[in-house]
This record gives sequence, C-alpha cells and structure tokens, in this order.
Amino acid sequence: MSLTASIQGPIRSIVRRRHRTEEATVGWLAVSPAVILLTCLLFGPAVAVILFSFTDWQLGAATFHFVGTENFAALWADPPFWKALVNTCLYVAIVVPGTVGLGLATALLIEASPGLRGFYRAVHFLPVMSTMSAMAVVWGTMLHPSIGLVNRALAAFGVSGINWLRDEHTALLALALIGIWQGFGFAMVLFVSGLKAVPQQLYDAAAVDGADGLLDRLRIVTLPMLGPVTMFVIILTASRAFEVFDSVRVLTQGGPNYASEVLLNRLYSESFDYLRTGYGAALAVVYLAIVIALTLAQARFIERRVHYS
Amino acid sequence: MAEIELRGIEKRYGEAPVLKDVSLKIKDGEFLTLVGPSGCGKSTLLRIIAGLEDQDAGEVSVGGRPVDGARPKDRDVAMVFQSYALYPHLTVFDNIALPLRTRQLSFAQRLPLIGPLLPGHTGIERSIRKEVEQAAAMLDVAHLLHRKPGQLSGGQRQRVALGRAMVRHPTVFLMDEPLSNLDARLRVQMRTEITSLHRRLGVTFVYVTHDQSEAMTMADRVAVMMGGELLQVGPPEELYREPQDLRVAEMIGSPKINIVARAHWADDRSVLSAALAPQAKHLAFRPEAAVLITPADGVTNGTVTDLENLGSDIFVHVALRDGSETVVIRTTPDERRFSLGSTVGLKVDAARLMQFDEAGRRCGNIERVAAA
Repeated sequence: MSLTASIQGPIRSIVRRRHRTEEATVGWLAVSPAVILLTCLLFGPAVAVILFSFTDWQLGAATFHFVGTENFAALWADPPFWKALVNTCLYVAIVVPGTVGLGLATALLIEASPGLRGFYRAVHFLPVMSTMSAMAVVWGTMLHPSIGLVNRALAAFGVSGINWLRDEHTALLALALIGIWQGFGFAMVLFVSGLKAVPQQLYDAAAVDGADGLLDRLRIVTLPMLGPVTMFVIILTASRAFEVFDSVRVLTQGGPNYASEVLLNRLYSESFDYLRTGYGAALAVVYLAIVIALTLAQARFIERRVHYS
Repeated sequence: MAEIELRGIEKRYGEAPVLKDVSLKIKDGEFLTLVGPSGCGKSTLLRIIAGLEDQDAGEVSVGGRPVDGARPKDRDVAMVFQSYALYPHLTVFDNIALPLRTRQLSFAQRLPLIGPLLPGHTGIERSIRKEVEQAAAMLDVAHLLHRKPGQLSGGQRQRVALGRAMVRHPTVFLMDEPLSNLDARLRVQMRTEITSLHRRLGVTFVYVTHDQSEAMTMADRVAVMMGGELLQVGPPEELYREPQDLRVAEMIGSPKINIVARAHWADDRSVLSAALAPQAKHLAFRPEAAVLITPADGVTNGTVTDLENLGSDIFVHVALRDGSETVVIRTTPDERRFSLGSTVGLKVDAARLMQFDEAGRRCGNIERVAAA
C-alpha cells in the first residue's frame, strides 16, 4: 500500500501539472481575441503616443530625433495650454452639475406625471442620439447675434443680446450649455431606471414615519436610493465633458483669444493644423494622465459612500 | 383609546373587487391577526387602516376618531413591513430616530449642516437619543446602533424595524407579514418576542399573515379573510372547534380537517347516530376526533396508505373504501399500531362531527356554538 501510495503521489502531481498547463492554454486562447484587439487599438497606440511625445517628429516627416522631455517643457511654458486646461476644468465644473441636476429633475417630473411618459422620455433623449457636430451648426445659427433665435427671443423682452460665441465672457458658458443640452437626456434615462428600482415599501415606511412631504421624501428615500446611479452618471458625464471637442471645433475653434480653448481642441490644432506631432503627443499624454487620475479618484471617493450593503 | 373600527370597507382595483363590505371592530389593546391566502385582500385592508391606500367606500376610525382621508402620520399608527423597509443609507440609530425627528424637529432643524445650529436642536436631539437607546435596549439591538442595515442579519433587521415602529409610542401597531422573510427557526423565536412585546406595550396590534399557525399561536382573535370577505372572526380555539364556513375549517388547523361527502357514510352507525341536518352535504372532523378500530360491519372501513411519525403523534392516512377519499387520523405512539396496507375501521366521535351545506355554510348541530 505504501508502495502504491509513493508511486501515485508523483504520478498524480504530473497529471495535475499537465492539467494545469492545459487549463492555462485554454484560458489564454479564450482571452486572446480581447488581448489582440486591446493591444492593437488601445495599448499599442498609447505606447506609440508616449514614444512620440519624446521626439520632434512632424506629421509626414521621414525622420525624427529623440528630444527627451523638451516637448513637456514647452508645454509647461505654453500659456495657451494652461488656458485650455483651466477652461476644460471650468467646462466640466459647469456641465457635470448641470447635466446631473437637469437630468434628475426631468426624471422626477416624468415619473411623477400620470401620462405621456414615453413621449417625454423620447423627446428629452433626442439630443443624445443626434450628431454633435451637426447640432453645433444648429446652435451656431440659434446663437447668431442678429438672426439667431436666442437673441430675437431676448429682443422680444426688450433685452439686447450679445454675440454669445464671439464674446470672451460667454463663449465657454454657451458651449457648456450646449453640452448640458446634449447630455442631460442620457442622465435622465439612467435616473428614470434608477427611480423604478426604488422599493415602494420605503416610501410607505417614510409616509408612516412622517416623512411624506416632497423634500423629505427626496432627502430620506429618493436621493439616497439613487446614489449608485448618480455616481455612475457623474463619472460618465465628467469623462464625456472632459473630451469636449466637436462643438468647440465647429463653433469657436477655441476663440476668441483662447477664451473657449479646451485640451482636445488644442491637441487637434497642434497635431493637425500645425503638424507638431511630438508636441501634440505630449499633450495627449498629459490629457490621458489627468483623465485616468480623475476617474480613479472619483470612483474611489464616491463608491465608498453610495453602496450600502 | 385605540380601538379600530372598520365599517363597510370596499376597495376595487379597476374592475376587480379586492374588499367587499368588510366591517370589523378591533378592541383597544387587542392582538388581532388577519389570515388568508395571498390575494385575499388582507394586506390591502391593513394599508387602508394605515392610510397608505384609500378605500372606495366605508369608514375607518382609530380611537373613536374618523381618520378617512387623514395622512398616515396623522393616524398615530406604526407599521412594520415584510421587507423591513429600513433606510439602507442610515445607521440603525438614525433609522429608529427618524420618526421622532420628523415629528419633533421643525423642517429647518432637520436640514443637514444648518439644522444643528438652530436653537432648540440640541435639547430635542438629546431626548431623541434617550428614546432611541431605550427602544434599542428593549429589543436587544443597543450594540448595533452604529451599524448600517446591510451589516445586519434578517432577525436583527426585523428588531430594528420593530424599534422604529415603537419608538414614538403609537397606539396601534400594523404588521404586514413581518416574519415571512426569516428562516423557520428564527420565525418561531420572533413570534414569542412579538407577543411578549405586545403584552409589555399593551397597545393594539393588527397582524397580517398567510400562515395559519402564526395566526393561531399569536393572536387574541383571528379574522379569516378570503376573496375580499371576512369569513369569521373569533378567538383561535373557536375558529378551530366551531368554524362557520368550510373554507375556514380548511384553512385553520394542521394537518387539515377531514372532509368527506355525506354519501360516504351511508351505512356508518356512529355517524348516522348524530342528528344530521337534511341539507348537510359535507361532514368534517378534526384528525383527533376519530379513533381507528378493527374493521367491522356498520363502521366505515379503509386502508392505511401512509404513516407520519412525529414522535409525540402518529398521523395515519386512511383511504376510504374505493380510495376516492383519504382522511388523516391522529394517534399516539401508545395506542394500538396499524401497519401500512392493513384494513382499519373508523369510529368518528359524533359529537365532534361538523356539518356543512352545499355552499359550505355550517348547519346541523350549530346550536352548540351559541353555548360555547
């Protein structure tokens, strides 16, 4: 018996080892499509961009030289870059609360109304489905200083409008409002589905406990129960706001005097207008670092507060 | 003070009637259970008492005061829900404190950040803390006050829900199947805890359940509901001994009451000796109201098809003659044993035989009810 046992031991371990290798092979085979795609489409380009950011390559040039951190030093000393960074942060700071607030308010109103819910949902969702660059043209017309709908409407009330997109003080704000208009429908849809998941018994309990006013219900039941959805909406809206580009490109090109310059438009101009690919790559690296850091920080910070179990 | 009176309550959802002319008086300090199968309208009735739903017709009064149209918080009732309905983002302390805060603090004082700075806030909060700690101690959850509901077991959540209900000393407790989410052992334990809570608080309890054993063991009086109607209201032993409706007889008692068509007893002397009413169609008896004897003439005979030995009792399943009807007889281990497949005679105690007419209403020896 001891003999068989002493033989069986090693055999079993060989079998187990072979089994394990097989399992590993199957595992790698299973993930290979994703790995290949991610490498080609995400990691590869990212590594390439990081490499380019240390060169003086220009788009279309046959040769390039490694220049160390020269591009990053230039970036650091470049006032338009700082302007773009501050503007992007401002844009996010306006668009995120605006989108979340408007989306939540619309969702609450739609859920409270007895009829036509599907219609209202669809209408408010339309901007999400539309192409931003096309809609930007429409907004450009609406905000036109003399023939635009906005200023005409203001004129009807005796207010003389301004040239929204050409005024240093309003250009970024106008772009932010367009951003809110485009994004709040998506937030609304998420909030509506979140509202449907709030258990009715909690509202009943709140009513018996004396919290039956609108504000009490919101404070004690609705808003806390929407916590996870809200976190999701905030992260999503923030990352989308951070990559604002189409509307800026179509409507203001970052002007006037960099008043509406944002990171991605800066990146595009440097890389494709001025063909300074190395410099543009450095911008892209900085942009990527900021976005990753923000997302991680948000998820860490908010996640702790909204999941209750 | 907290007597509840329901008069002619009607409720329908669309075309479907849910409650049909329900009238019921619940005495002050009484523990009443509403029992019935799911969909019988018992929860709807409870929600109407709570004010969470409006009746289509009829009146509700609590403590002699009509409360129709009054909001739940103005009815002085507390409710415990099947899913406990605790606020998941609040600690146990804040959950229990909530009904006190909404009542004692003004809206401004309840606001976060600003509220605590307003005059009067500290004093009220201090008295609330005392009340919450008292309630928590009574329910043995004092050590859990800083936890969130997600970190508690089912039984602990149930206690917190009870604490939230009792902390403001309501005169009426409404409970909607509060134990059905617990496992069997905990359920039996919580039963006695709830009844002892009732004794200590001395207020009116209305308790909805679909479990007849819960209804029987906990209540002073049981109200049996079916199809939106109240079939019978009475103390548990009355419902068990003298059901006035075949459906009540079937609902109450485990194992179920034996119901055998009258035709089956055509030549049973002991059954025929009971004064059978001419309209009696079904004869029913509890498992302990008959004994098994050796088969004989003039006795209903049958075959033993199953034996359930519970230790203290043995339930013998007997198929009557052609096998179309089976009855369950309770025997004790000390009695004579019958093996599976053996033929036995059935001797029913005629005095404990219940008669029901075609529609399922009690008939025959009904006058004994009045005496009981």
